[in-house]
Amino acid sequence: MSSVLDLTAAQAAERVRAGELSASELWQTYRDRAAADELNAFLWVADEAPADVPDGPLGGVPLAVKDLFCTQGIPSAAASRILEGYRPPYTATAVERLTAAGAPMLGKTNMDEFAMGSSNENSGFGAVANPWDRGRVPGGSSGGSAAAVAAGLAPWAIGTDTGGSIRQPAALCGIVGLKPTYGSISRYGMIAFASSLDQAGPLTRDVTDAALLLRHMVGRDPHDSTSTGHPEEVQLPSAERLDGVRFGVPPELTGDGLEPGVREVFDATLKQIEELGGTVTEVALPHSGHAISAYYVIAPAEASANLARFDGVRYGRRAGNGDLLSLYEQTREEGFGPEVKRRIMLGTYALSSGYYDAYYGSAQRVRTKIADDFRAAFESVDVIVTPTSPTVAFELGERTADPLAMYLSDVLTVPMSLAGIPAISIPGGLADGLPVGIQLAGPAFSENKILDAAYALERSSGFDGSPARG
Amino acid sequence: MADVAYEPVIGLEIHVQLKTRTKMFCGCELSFGDEPNTHTCPICLGLPGTLPVTNAEAVHFALMIGMALGCEVAPRSIFHRKNYFYPDLPKGYQISQYDIPICGPGRLGDVRIHRAHLEEDAAKLIHVGASGRIHSAESSEVDFNRGGTPLVEIVTEPDIHSPAAATEWLRLLRATLRRLGVSDVNMEEGSLRCDGNVSLRPVGETTLGTKTELKNMNSFRFLERGLEAEIARQEAILRDGGEVEQETLHYDVRSGALSSLRSKEEAHDYRYFPEPDLVPIVPTEAMTERARAAIPELPADRAKRLESELGLPEAQAALLAFRTEVGDFYERTLSAGGESADPRAIANWVTGELVAKLDDGQDPAASRVAPDALAKLVAMVAAKEVSSSAAKDVLGTLVAEGGDPSQIVESAGLGRADESELAAIVDKAMAEQADAVEKVKAGNDNAIGAIVGAIMRETKGRADGGEVQRLIRERLSG
Repeated sequence: MSSVLDLTAAQAAERVRAGELSASELWQTYRDRAAADELNAFLWVADEAPADVPDGPLGGVPLAVKDLFCTQGIPSAAASRILEGYRPPYTATAVERLTAAGAPMLGKTNMDEFAMGSSNENSGFGAVANPWDRGRVPGGSSGGSAAAVAAGLAPWAIGTDTGGSIRQPAALCGIVGLKPTYGSISRYGMIAFASSLDQAGPLTRDVTDAALLLRHMVGRDPHDSTSTGHPEEVQLPSAERLDGVRFGVPPELTGDGLEPGVREVFDATLKQIEELGGTVTEVALPHSGHAISAYYVIAPAEASANLARFDGVRYGRRAGNGDLLSLYEQTREEGFGPEVKRRIMLGTYALSSGYYDAYYGSAQRVRTKIADDFRAAFESVDVIVTPTSPTVAFELGERTADPLAMYLSDVLTVPMSLAGIPAISIPGGLADGLPVGIQLAGPAFSENKILDAAYALERSSGFDGSPARG
Repeated sequence: MADVAYEPVIGLEIHVQLKTRTKMFCGCELSFGDEPNTHTCPICLGLPGTLPVTNAEAVHFALMIGMALGCEVAPRSIFHRKNYFYPDLPKGYQISQYDIPICGPGRLGDVRIHRAHLEEDAAKLIHVGASGRIHSAESSEVDFNRGGTPLVEIVTEPDIHSPAAATEWLRLLRATLRRLGVSDVNMEEGSLRCDGNVSLRPVGETTLGTKTELKNMNSFRFLERGLEAEIARQEAILRDGGEVEQETLHYDVRSGALSSLRSKEEAHDYRYFPEPDLVPIVPTEAMTERARAAIPELPADRAKRLESELGLPEAQAALLAFRTEVGDFYERTLSAGGESADPRAIANWVTGELVAKLDDGQDPAASRVAPDALAKLVAMVAAKEVSSSAAKDVLGTLVAEGGDPSQIVESAGLGRADESELAAIVDKAMAEQADAVEKVKAGNDNAIGAIVGAIMRETKGRADGGEVQRLIRERLSG
C-alpha cells in the first residue's frame, strides 16, 4: 500500500503502462483515501473509476479536479451555495483533455467560493485543513486540490490561478503548483472569476508531474478565442545544473514584508542557485507595488459581470416570493457568501459611470506598466525568483476579519498574473515545520525553461513533501 | 412664441437581425417560429463556464453592410459587455460594441450614418395571461431561441426632418439590406427594428433641442405615426412654454398614445467594459476584399442607372430599384425584348399593370408571367397589333394561366379591329349617339366620350382609343 503512495504520479503512470502496477489498484488506493478525507479537501468523490477513460500517457493515474471546472453530470458548484447541486451538461476542455490522455477523475476539490480567497475559508462548504497542521489554512483558492495532493489523497490535481490561487496553496502545502502563460490552456468550462486573469494549471508532488499534466492540458481550443496553445511541446524537465541561467531578484517583492522563516529559506535557495551554476542579480519591477491595488479593481470588475448570470432564472438556487426583483435579490443574498458579495460590490462600483476611468481605467494602465516591467526585466535575466507567499500557512480564522491582510497573501503572485506570464511554486524548505514556497517566473511561454530550473532546484533541495501520506 | 415654426430633428437607430446560419457567439442555428427553447446550447443559455466565440459570417455581413453604407471600417474593433439584469439576458450582460465599433461614419442617400456595430439579440419573453403584458401576467416564460441572434445596430446622424422622410429613408435602407442578402428585414417579424430619436427646434436654430427616444416601431406605418404623434406632443409642450423631458417612450399602435418607459433619472448605468472573453476584430485584406466582392449593385445605384441610362422617371426608377425582385423582372423583360424594346413602355407595364395584378408583394418571377411573354405583349401594343386595353386583358390571362400573348390574342379574338371593320362600327355608333354628336358639334368636347365608349363596348376593347377618336373627328369635320 505505502509503496503505491510513495510513487509520484509520473512514476505510477509509467508502472501502469509497463504492466507493473494495476490501474484499478491505484484507483482503489486513492479512491479509499479520498473518501476518508478528514481535511474537507473533497466536495465530491467518485464511487468507481469512470468507464470511458482510454489508455494513455497519463496511465490511469486518478486526478483531483477543482470544483470550478464543469464536469458533465457531476456536481460543479465552484464551492458556492448558489450552485449547490448544479450538474453541468458538459465538461471543461482541460478536464476532457486529461481524461482523453488517460487520467480518470477521482473527485472534485474544495476551494474558496468562485475562487475568491487565499485561505479556502470562503468556501460555501466549509474550510479545508492544511495537512501539515490542521489548525492552519491550506491557502487558496485551490486549497482543496493542494491539501489533497499534499496529504496523498490524490496523486495529482488541477486548479485555477487568477492572482495566485494555484501557487500560494501549493506553497502553503509544500507541493508544486504551476500557473501557465495566459492563453496556454482553454478556459472553456472553468466557472469564470476574472476572465482576463483566470488560468488552469497543475498542482503536483513534484516538477516532473507538473510538466506531464501541463503537457496534456495546453492547446488551442475553438471554444475559447483567447486560448493560444503553446508554441512548443511541454518537455519533461531534465536539467541537473543551472549553469548560465540568470536569476533576477526584484527588491520590490523581497523586502520587509517577508516573515523571517520565509526569508531564511529564500536566501538559502539563492545560495543553492549559485551552487548549481546560476547567477543571481537584482532586477527592478518598479510598478509591482501597485499590483495588488490594480488587481483588486480589475478582478472584481470582471467578476461583477461574470457572476451576474447567477440570477435564479435558469439553474442553481432560486429564492424569492415570485416577483422578479425578489427573485434576483433573495437568490443572490442567500446564495453568495460575504467575500463574493464584497467583490461584486467593489467591481460594480469600479465600473460605474463617472468612476470607470479613475478605477478600471487606471488599473488597466498599471497592468500595462507591470507587464512592461517584466518585459524589461527579462532582457537582463531569464528567471525571476521570489518567495511565493510572504508567510507560511496561517491559522484558520487568523485573517478572516481583515480582508486587506488576506488580500496581501497574494502580494508576490499577483504581478505575474497581471502580466500573463508563467510562474511555478516549488517547495524550498521548512520554516518552523511549515513549508515555504519558492516562485520562479519567466517570460510568456517559457514554461520549459522554468520547469527545468525548478527541476534542478528540486533535485538539489532534497525536500520531502510528505506530511501525512502514511 | 405662438407663431414660432418648429422643425423636427430625427435620428434613427435600426437593429438588423443578420441571416447567418448560426448565432453570434455559438453554433446554434437561427430559427423563427420554432418550438420554444429548441435552438439553445450551454453557450447561448449562459451556463457557467461557457465562452463566446465570434461568428465569422456575422463579421462578414457587418463588413458588407458597412461598405454598402459607405462607412469607414475600423482596422480593429472590440466587444464590450453591457451589464443589466433581465430574464431575457442569460449572462446578465449583452455582448455589444461600445467605443470602437466595426463601422464608423458613412452615408446612405441624404442621411449620414454615425456608426454600425455588432451585438447579440436578447431572448424573447412571453407573458402568460390575458393581457400579454408583463404587468398582470400570471407568469413570464423565456424562449431562448432568439437569444444570441446576430444583430447589426445602425445609428444615423439626426439628419431627418419629417416622419415621411424617415420612412422613405428606412425603405431605402431596407431595400439596400435586402439586396445585400444579409437579413430578412421583416419589420413585423422583428428582423428589422427601428427606434427613433426626436427633438424639435425653432426653424433656423442650429442647436438641438432635448430629444426623446421612441422604441421599437414595428412597421413603416407605425414609425410614421409614432413620429408624428411625438412631434405633435413636443410641439404642444413647447407652445405652452414647457420643456421637453428626456425620456424613452413607447408608442401604443392601437390607442396612438405615448407612454414613458423610463426617464433620464431612471436611465441604466450599463457599466460597459471591454469583453475579456473575446479577441478584437481585425479585418484582414482578404476579409475586406471578400466583403467588397459580395456587394451587388445597390438600390441607390440602380435607381440612378435606370434614370440615366434608360430614361425612366425618378419615381419609377426608385420603385424598380427599391423592390429588387420587381427591378430584376423588369430588366429580364427588357433584355428579352431585344434591341427594339422600349424601356419606358416596359417599365410602365411592369410597375403599373403587372404589379397591380399580382398579389401584394408577390415576386413577379414567381408568377406565371414569363419575361419574354411580357416583352412580346408590349411589342405587340407598340406595333398596334393589339390595343392597350385589350393588352391588359391579355396580361390578366398571362397572370392567371401563363402562355404566349399572340396565341391568347388569336384564340380570344382580341386582335386589333382593322380600319374597314372599325369604320362601319364608328358610323353605326355616331348614328346611335346623335345627341352626343350634336353636343360635340356645339363645342362640348367631353361628349365625345360617350361615342368612344359605345365603340369600345362594341369592339370589346379591340379598338385603339386614339384611332377611334381620330375616326370620329374625321367624320365630324367632314
